Amino acid sequence: MENPLSAEPLFHIGPVPIAEPVLVTWALMAVLVGLSARATRRLSVHPGKAQALLELVVTTLDAQIRDTMNRDPAPFRALIGGIFLYVLLANWMSLVPGLEPPTAHVETDAALALIVFAATVYHGITGRGLKGYLATFAEPSWVMIPLNLVEQITRTFSLIVRLFGNVMSGVFIVGIVLALAGLFVPIPLMALELLTGAVQAYIFAILATVFIGAAVGDDADRPSIDTPDTQDPPP
Amino acid sequence: MTDNLVEIVSIISAALAVGMGAIGPALGEGRAVAAAMDAIARQPEAAGTISRTLFVGLAMIETMAIYTLVIALLVLFANPFV
Repeated sequence: MENPLSAEPLFHIGPVPIAEPVLVTWALMAVLVGLSARATRRLSVHPGKAQALLELVVTTLDAQIRDTMNRDPAPFRALIGGIFLYVLLANWMSLVPGLEPPTAHVETDAALALIVFAATVYHGITGRGLKGYLATFAEPSWVMIPLNLVEQITRTFSLIVRLFGNVMSGVFIVGIVLALAGLFVPIPLMALELLTGAVQAYIFAILATVFIGAAVGDDADRPSIDTPDTQDPPP
Repeated sequence: MTDNLVEIVSIISAALAVGMGAIGPALGEGRAVAAAMDAIARQPEAAGTISRTLFVGLAMIETMAIYTLVIALLVLFANPFV
């Protein structure tokens, strides 16, 4: 059985080996950037289908970020939205025959979690100042400094393992059932994988929002917090 | 026999890890779903919010089982002692 922890390089660019997850990631980036650029080239007040869809996505993202952080979502929209859309599409890549989700390899998840970690530190320092951000490690008292430092590492690590384990176990189980039972048997499992992929993308984005929001902290100036047109729609 | 003793023990321990690691999350998910059913039965108009929170919570709980699966795969495929 194929080792899920290693990726075979497909070809080399100079000394750099390029594996399948990297190629799929590049394709996803091209698709996301291309579609977004195409849909936003001619923005109008009376939106077409593509613009309406994008507006729906951005409005929902903004509402979620605002609910979680209690802040203006504008500085975080690009990062959180990019992470969410990328992880969602990457998790659903197993629907394309012959492809594996890039998130089923631990390196992709490690890169995403490191981006979240760096963004946490960056937003913490810009939001509170260097001294203020470092002071948060001594909350509620200086005794907690080692625990707070360890927490930074463990929560990044659990972010990696959560996404990797969920997506990889889906691919793995579908492979095992296919080998044991036959052609059409794993289809319900694949449908379950769609749900799992969406939920994991949501959780990854929400946890990134929570981490960044905890680093930025609550402060008094919250511009445009109560715009009534971007509320969460009733379920 | 003694040559691949480490492999035999690895396979057995991987199976044990997944089997026993699934017990806790299974009990936890059962309790979570039961509580959500109870809440929906009491307050059917809040079913949307409850089930959305339930799905996120279930994914968090089953992450514990996924951790043991990752440990089992590490033992099987990236064992430092084989």
